[in-house]
Amino acid sequence: METGELIVRLVLIVVIFLISLVIAMYSTYAERKIAAFFQDRVGPNRAGPAGILQPLADGAKMFLKEEIIPTNSSKFLFIVGPSLAIMTACIGSAVIPWGQQIQIGSKLYDLQVTDINVGLLYIFGVVSLGVYGIMIGGWASNNKYSLLGAIRAASQNISYEIAMGLSIIALLMVTNTLSLKEIAAQQHGWHWNILRQPFGFILFIVCAFAETNRTPFDLPECETELVGGYHTEYSSMKLGFYLFAEYINMFVSGAVMATLYWGSYNYPGMDWVAGHTGPVIAPLIGTVVLFAKIFLFIFFFMWVRWTIPRFRYDQLMDLGWKGLIPLAIANIIGTGLWITFFK
Amino acid sequence: MSIFYFIAFLSILFAVLVISAKNPVHSILYLVLTFFTFTIQYILLNAQFVAIVNFIVYMGAILVLFLYTLMLINLNKNSEPMKTNLVKIAAVLGGGCLLVVVVAALKATGASDPVLFKDPNLGLVKNLGKVLFDEFLLPFEISSLLLLSAMVGAVLLATKDTKTA
Amino acid sequence: MESLSNKRKVLESKPLNLWERIYLPAVVKGLSITLKHFLFKKDVTVRYPEQKREFSENFRGMHSLKRDEEGRERCTACGLCALSCPAEAITMIAAERKPGEENLYREEKYAAVYEINMLRCIFCGLCEEACPKEAIYLDGDIVPADYLRKDFIYGKDKLVEAPLNQ
Repeated sequence: METGELIVRLVLIVVIFLISLVIAMYSTYAERKIAAFFQDRVGPNRAGPAGILQPLADGAKMFLKEEIIPTNSSKFLFIVGPSLAIMTACIGSAVIPWGQQIQIGSKLYDLQVTDINVGLLYIFGVVSLGVYGIMIGGWASNNKYSLLGAIRAASQNISYEIAMGLSIIALLMVTNTLSLKEIAAQQHGWHWNILRQPFGFILFIVCAFAETNRTPFDLPECETELVGGYHTEYSSMKLGFYLFAEYINMFVSGAVMATLYWGSYNYPGMDWVAGHTGPVIAPLIGTVVLFAKIFLFIFFFMWVRWTIPRFRYDQLMDLGWKGLIPLAIANIIGTGLWITFFK
Repeated sequence: MSIFYFIAFLSILFAVLVISAKNPVHSILYLVLTFFTFTIQYILLNAQFVAIVNFIVYMGAILVLFLYTLMLINLNKNSEPMKTNLVKIAAVLGGGCLLVVVVAALKATGASDPVLFKDPNLGLVKNLGKVLFDEFLLPFEISSLLLLSAMVGAVLLATKDTKTA
Repeated sequence: MESLSNKRKVLESKPLNLWERIYLPAVVKGLSITLKHFLFKKDVTVRYPEQKREFSENFRGMHSLKRDEEGRERCTACGLCALSCPAEAITMIAAERKPGEENLYREEKYAAVYEINMLRCIFCGLCEEACPKEAIYLDGDIVPADYLRKDFIYGKDKLVEAPLNQ
């Protein structure tokens, strides 16, 4: 890899890292504001105009609060838990293509940190690893509520990973590739995968809610039953890391859904725009479009959170094993028949 | 090559820690690390698909289930049954036999030439899929049947007998 | 048992039909309801310290010790308010009016010290009713928050109405 490309990669890594952190920060603000609007309230409005500095105030609070490590916890694992949670949340964005190739000088550069040819499986692996942070933290706390939260997280993630994987398989049959870069490029213009896999998308988004532990699947941390679930014993920035990890996960899963099903950086009429704006502006517009889609998904996550109440544990398992998995298998068979007879 | 030795050393270290750790949960966590080093080894071999599947299936699913069951069981020193001497002797004998077999097998093969792939990209998904669904289709399908029967058996064992219950 | 009031309603819980069991239509319906609130409904909250909701006519807030039409304090330190107070929040020390203070106090006896403990007060308004001189009324604002308990004991400096000609 020559120096120019290396520099672009490094810049891209830093930028994506910062963007995901900033988005996670402002997701907390957005969550509170949006929740307020849904409930006919105003939301945070004290720190700065319209409360825009609220995340900074929250962050300062998190850093300054007293750090408590329970006496009977296993201390090393207690620290490892939140670190793992935030690490697995951050590495997921490495394979997502953030835009078309951009021209700097006379050379073309990918707006993607790395294009491995099993990109889709990589994301899947990172997601499946995410549960370790919760499990280790919950177990190390030496608290019944934490342990219950951790156990719920484990069983929930494993159950919904299967349905998620099966819905991805149906998508793979259509795209014929595991590389996210190629999947994004295939959806040029309006040929978005949602048109070819609408049913698969519904399955995927339900599983995405479960994997990010968002309502209605927030059983691992439900405060009404388990006090705080796996982060009951956590305080200060360790708690902050757990909460942050959830928002970064939401951002990454929004990016994955936008990339896999909603046409990534593609939008109808992009060729016309590219003809009129040139090779530097056009990819950037594509990136903006991708981020708009991601923000819509984040909004949708919050919208659902303030609409649907939490599932009961047995309902969760019923939906996962008796509902989504058979439907996902049916979707695979249907996709197979469609490919055999109509292509 | 030095990366290989370093990673291999780590895998052995973690594997030893798995069996020497006092706390079963720590033991499982070391096992996770061991599998992680395996994943790195697969990537070094350019076997991306096996690497990522090892990552997802073993680290992401099976070991989570291990951890899940271990957390539910209250394991402490008092509840662990004491092993009798007979069992200990039998275990030593069995382990010794295994060691002999492994050493003999290694000796019989002798110093083999390093394995050279005709195609260094064999481990990539596309090539692997072609080989798997072409040359080895029958064994592949048979193994899937085996897994299915195991699954059906597990479901059968888990369901309550309505007559007796 | 037979219902006597005839108000009992027997609810049937039928098993869900297929449309209800798909669950997604119900989700969509719920989402549309919440979206309506998000987009169209005005917020119902009041941004309190800047914006205040009007008090009702019979609202009872902070006490004020009244003056008469010549600006003299009406209170004569009879102690009926303290006696009537169920929370025992009121204490006072009476003093005799000196010659030359006729423009300050209406009666010959006045309250040299008059203290209400706002942490004890339950704002029942019995002091208001007990007062024979119409000297105390609970017509003020909400009692503000503070940091120390001692700061909630309000003396005459906070309770007596501002003089008329100022």
